[in-house]
Amino acid sequence: MSLNLRNILLFAVMGALLIAVGVIQSANVALAILNLCLISAIMTLGVNIQWGYAGLFNAGVMGFAALGGLAAVVVSFPPVPDAWSAGGPRAILGVASGAFAIGLAILTWRKVPGSRQTRGWAAAAVAIAGIILMRFIIDPAVEAIEAVEPAKTGFLGGLGLPIVFSWITGGAFAALAAWGIGKISLGLRSDYLAIATLGISEIIIYFLKNEEWMARGVKNVNGLPRPVPYEIDLQQTVWVQELAATFGFSLVELSSIIVKLSYAGLFIVVLVIVFWLSEKALKSPWGRMMRAIRDNEVAASAMGKDVTWRHLQVFVLGSAVIGLAGAMLTTLDGIFTPASYQPLRFTFLIWVMVIVGGSGNNLGSILGGFVIWFFWIEAEPIGLALIEFLTSGMAVDSALRSHLIENAAHTRLATMGVVLLLVLRFSPRGLIPERSK
Amino acid sequence: MTDILNALALLGNFVIVPGLTYGSQLALGALGVTMIYAVLRFSNFAHGETMSFGAMITILVTWWLQGKGVSLAPLPTALLALPIGIIGTVLMCLLFDRFVYRYYRRQRAAPVTYLILSVGILFILSGLVRFVIGPQDRIFADGERFIMKARAFKEMTGLDQGLAIKTTQGVTVVTAVIVVALIFWFLNRTRTGKSMRAYSDNEDLALLSGISPAKVVSITWIITGALAAVAGTLYGLDKGYKPFTYLGLVLPIFAAAIVGGVGNPLGAISGGFVISFSELLLTFAYKRVIAYLTPGDWVPEGLVQLLATDYKLAVSFVILVIVLLVKPTGLFSGKTL
Repeated sequence: MSLNLRNILLFAVMGALLIAVGVIQSANVALAILNLCLISAIMTLGVNIQWGYAGLFNAGVMGFAALGGLAAVVVSFPPVPDAWSAGGPRAILGVASGAFAIGLAILTWRKVPGSRQTRGWAAAAVAIAGIILMRFIIDPAVEAIEAVEPAKTGFLGGLGLPIVFSWITGGAFAALAAWGIGKISLGLRSDYLAIATLGISEIIIYFLKNEEWMARGVKNVNGLPRPVPYEIDLQQTVWVQELAATFGFSLVELSSIIVKLSYAGLFIVVLVIVFWLSEKALKSPWGRMMRAIRDNEVAASAMGKDVTWRHLQVFVLGSAVIGLAGAMLTTLDGIFTPASYQPLRFTFLIWVMVIVGGSGNNLGSILGGFVIWFFWIEAEPIGLALIEFLTSGMAVDSALRSHLIENAAHTRLATMGVVLLLVLRFSPRGLIPERSK
Repeated sequence: MTDILNALALLGNFVIVPGLTYGSQLALGALGVTMIYAVLRFSNFAHGETMSFGAMITILVTWWLQGKGVSLAPLPTALLALPIGIIGTVLMCLLFDRFVYRYYRRQRAAPVTYLILSVGILFILSGLVRFVIGPQDRIFADGERFIMKARAFKEMTGLDQGLAIKTTQGVTVVTAVIVVALIFWFLNRTRTGKSMRAYSDNEDLALLSGISPAKVVSITWIITGALAAVAGTLYGLDKGYKPFTYLGLVLPIFAAAIVGGVGNPLGAISGGFVISFSELLLTFAYKRVIAYLTPGDWVPEGLVQLLATDYKLAVSFVILVIVLLVKPTGLFSGKTL
């Protein structure tokens, strides 16, 4: 198959680019880019499940990724006993009462007899009463928890489990949120999903920034436990010292390379599993049905397919993958910073990856994740070099020149936009097009 | 009696005046989104950045004017610069339409394709704006700061509570009223406006009766660009210009457009005010108002605030969700101009 040769070639070029960075800049930089490429590839697979399989536009990737990050904190951070005794059970009770109130409101809407209007008002009354009750229960608990050593903890901490478990939990969190938002906005006009997901993602970030008792909000949680060894420990290990001596690396550099390689190993395993499952799903009768719905909703529903329900399924699945990737990202960073989630970087950049890679093709999504992340990082030095070259004719102290050089980093945003538009115009099926049967 | 007046002044200062201002800004933004939706049938995610672009041009011209010593005191100089900002934004919109959207219109692409294209434009504009003016905050309001100072109000009325109205707030509301009046006059009274409404209502029928689609599309972009430049400048004048805030404005603007009924100009305007007043009313601390309204010296213990101020943004989202659940077509049953 000639197409396969083409794909191999594309991936080979990508690998060569990474190696080139390793040679020109340093192995550490190349591996850092590689790790984020891997995570981006998984996130892109998640968006591709929604967009490529079913044609759903999710503008809330950022929110689902952040929920994954929250999962990393909740699962892995050691519990804070003082905070738990200060208000832990009460806070949990508060959350439970809130969930109960929402459930009761939905039940009221569904089961209570009467016209639409009366049921609506009854459900609203139940929901509002529930929220007041929740605030009544949770507010003192929150205050007590946040008062426990606010400079160091001031939150409940987590469960103290290995952080790798959080990858699955992150997927579950994101799936739950996706289910809620999908229930509300699927089945309506297609852009309502885009706007609703944009909204929920902003709200999730606000929530994470402000609810300090959960994950310290803008004070960030750092020092999350790692699934791989620490550099310091490696530097004291005999075989690492020997390896460094043999190859003439500095000990610090080598230990950091080993850490990054172990992360890369873990991420590759996850990527392969997600990719394999996605391919299986795509080739199954379920996948064919999804594509049938995508290509002609009316015909599919005439054939008896429940379009809204199938959309909800695929939306939840895709979001779970995004949540998984989000948890992995926080694991890699070792720090959870809600303020760092920006829609351009976390939502729209992932979209560029999907489109450039090839919507509907999983291999394309992986390539897109790699290529776009690579250029997202490398556009900065390249852009800077380019502007320095272009302005080299100007005087050294020229105000225009220093302004251009100072703001050169922002050109990468515009570059991404241009790349997206060019691909959509001249190669709308992306680098690796969807296989048509 | 004075107690009631004091309570009213308090509400006026913290809810009504800011609500009218922010509502006008949202309404102008939502009007732009809704026009694009009604004629070109897609949700323009780049609208926030278009507003930012318009504000940026206005700021650059304002600086130039200030450098020349031109001023419009007591009004902000930016008002003089605004026409150039409008022209720049309109040109930018027309350029993007010519080189990006037109191709897909001829192919009759699906609405979601346009949505993705608008994401591309969002990237280009946000990069461009940050490249030209930098990511820093810019305060470019000059002239008189207040129309009415809190102390002047107190002296005038003898009340304990002050009511301050900033010049930028006054300018925002007055400009918004003028712009909205112009738009409605255009849509309802002129031939071109009527042809736009016809096109939005039924494309095929409009084509049959000899309306030129290219003209309708251009006019739509001209109006949208102008609205975006005005809205962006007013928002920047009032709250200080920060490039990154404009992306965050997209959510309340869309919420406003949907609440009113997407595609319906009247809906967009009322939606803007629904969103702004709900935000303020739900996050306002009623403590002192209640203290004034209840007899005796009793003061409520807490702040009597329904929602923490940090959750302002959540309000527009919750309203959006309620509208989607209860009446997805919006208050004014959208999709006609």
